[in-house]
Amino acid sequence: MNFNSAREIIDLSNSEGKKIYELMIARETELQGATEAEIRKNMARSLEIMKKAVEDSITKDIKSISGLIGGDAKKIYKNESIKGGTICGAMMKKAIAYSMGVLEVNASMGKIVAAPTAGSSGIIPGTLIALQEEYDLSEAVIINALITSSAIGLIVSKNATVAGAEGGCQAETGTAAAMAAGAIVEMMGGTVEQSFHAAATSLKNILGLVCDPIAGLVEAPCEKRNAIGASNALISAEMALCGVESIIPFDEVVDAMYKIGRSLPFELKETALGGLADTETGRRIKKEIHNN
Amino acid sequence: MSELSMFDVLGPNMIGPSSSHTAGACRIGKVGNKMSKGDISYVRFYLHGSFGQTYQGHGTDRALVGGILGFDPDDERIVESLNIANNLGIKYEFIKKDLGDVHANTVKIEIEKSDGETVEVMGSSIGGGNIIITRINGLDLEFTGEYFTLVVPHIDRPGIVTKVTSVLANHEINIAFMKVYRHTRGKEAFMIIESDNVVDQKTMDEIKALNGVMNTYSINLK
Repeated sequence: MNFNSAREIIDLSNSEGKKIYELMIARETELQGATEAEIRKNMARSLEIMKKAVEDSITKDIKSISGLIGGDAKKIYKNESIKGGTICGAMMKKAIAYSMGVLEVNASMGKIVAAPTAGSSGIIPGTLIALQEEYDLSEAVIINALITSSAIGLIVSKNATVAGAEGGCQAETGTAAAMAAGAIVEMMGGTVEQSFHAAATSLKNILGLVCDPIAGLVEAPCEKRNAIGASNALISAEMALCGVESIIPFDEVVDAMYKIGRSLPFELKETALGGLADTETGRRIKKEIHNN
Repeated sequence: MSELSMFDVLGPNMIGPSSSHTAGACRIGKVGNKMSKGDISYVRFYLHGSFGQTYQGHGTDRALVGGILGFDPDDERIVESLNIANNLGIKYEFIKKDLGDVHANTVKIEIEKSDGETVEVMGSSIGGGNIIITRINGLDLEFTGEYFTLVVPHIDRPGIVTKVTSVLANHEINIAFMKVYRHTRGKEAFMIIESDNVVDQKTMDEIKALNGVMNTYSINLK
């Protein structure tokens, strides 16, 4: 059992009557020699790390190594200045806070799961844990969703890239949002086709997004782009679950993302030489941080 | 390259903030730990390119020292690794240096052991926490630590490879990849053996006892 494209996953899912996570487990068992129990145990460990990061971000005082970010997740989670505590709704509020929180934990040298990268590590835990709490979903359901998300990330890794240095931020937070969106759709009862419509929509929504980290650090604008990634995943999942389709299939969106990534100038691919990193404020912050 | 696992996509589990600047750096450091068998009194890190530019902001310094102490990339002690090294009396130094035509995230580690012997390990962090070791003790070579890796310095002479692989065969260790590197004919050489299973201490000792084998190092990276 192996697959290289969304098309292959969709065909296999339909011919074998299996969910994406079931296909991914079969693949892992065959190629890596792991049992399903081992896989689930390891994924439960990953989920535990994700939950600990979320928990720490809203209960502890977090400061990044450079001091540039920290404490934002808590501000959003505990906000009472807006009437009712939110304008986006309770679930979206949590997803935003949690996804930013994981990034803060990452930037403060806390433990995270790269999903698929450290710079985009907030999107998958942020959305899945918020949904788990709001819909009272079991651990097993979330673990299945994580496995589904990995299948979508695998397709991007095989056919394009998930590295900001190669493809810009679209490759990192775009892929993370696609992984989350597809997993959410399957978890909430959507079809395999709908999962990939959601994944395609997420990636399409931020095509061209550059990687321009201030002072070269995985802090800003990464943290807020994780919040955007989380909302992107939820919006795309909602569309797909309601029957809205992506006109361009996922595999072609991945190709487009890769082509765009390759045509981006190197200044906009993690080198911190362009974009926000090369603004007056960005340059000043860089100077302050690296002179310390 | 083997087929990606779901835990390569959703992973690694790691101490932040950067898979290449933190997790990868830690793994290169850990190779230094293994090649010196944990006996370290002084270590110099020569940091090239992006490693040299941003090593403090990315915690690359703490990750490298954590690796030297034998920690894995998800070990929370990495955050305190500089203090831990201080308490153990291990001295360390970070030096920005142009190492030539190498990957942007490259470090050369020079380790001084308690008996004064030095060990040199050079490696690059190539993304996602993945690494390539490119030099050991002045000899250019290549391995990734993706498999259980056995490094066997030996004297370059006929039959030595057969002897080593026979021991592995006797212990039912399957070799996935194997390469042999040497300085000059008849002098010190290295076997890099990548296997599917862990090579246990007994097997290592048997290999080390072979005539012409100088030492054995087992490198098992997470």
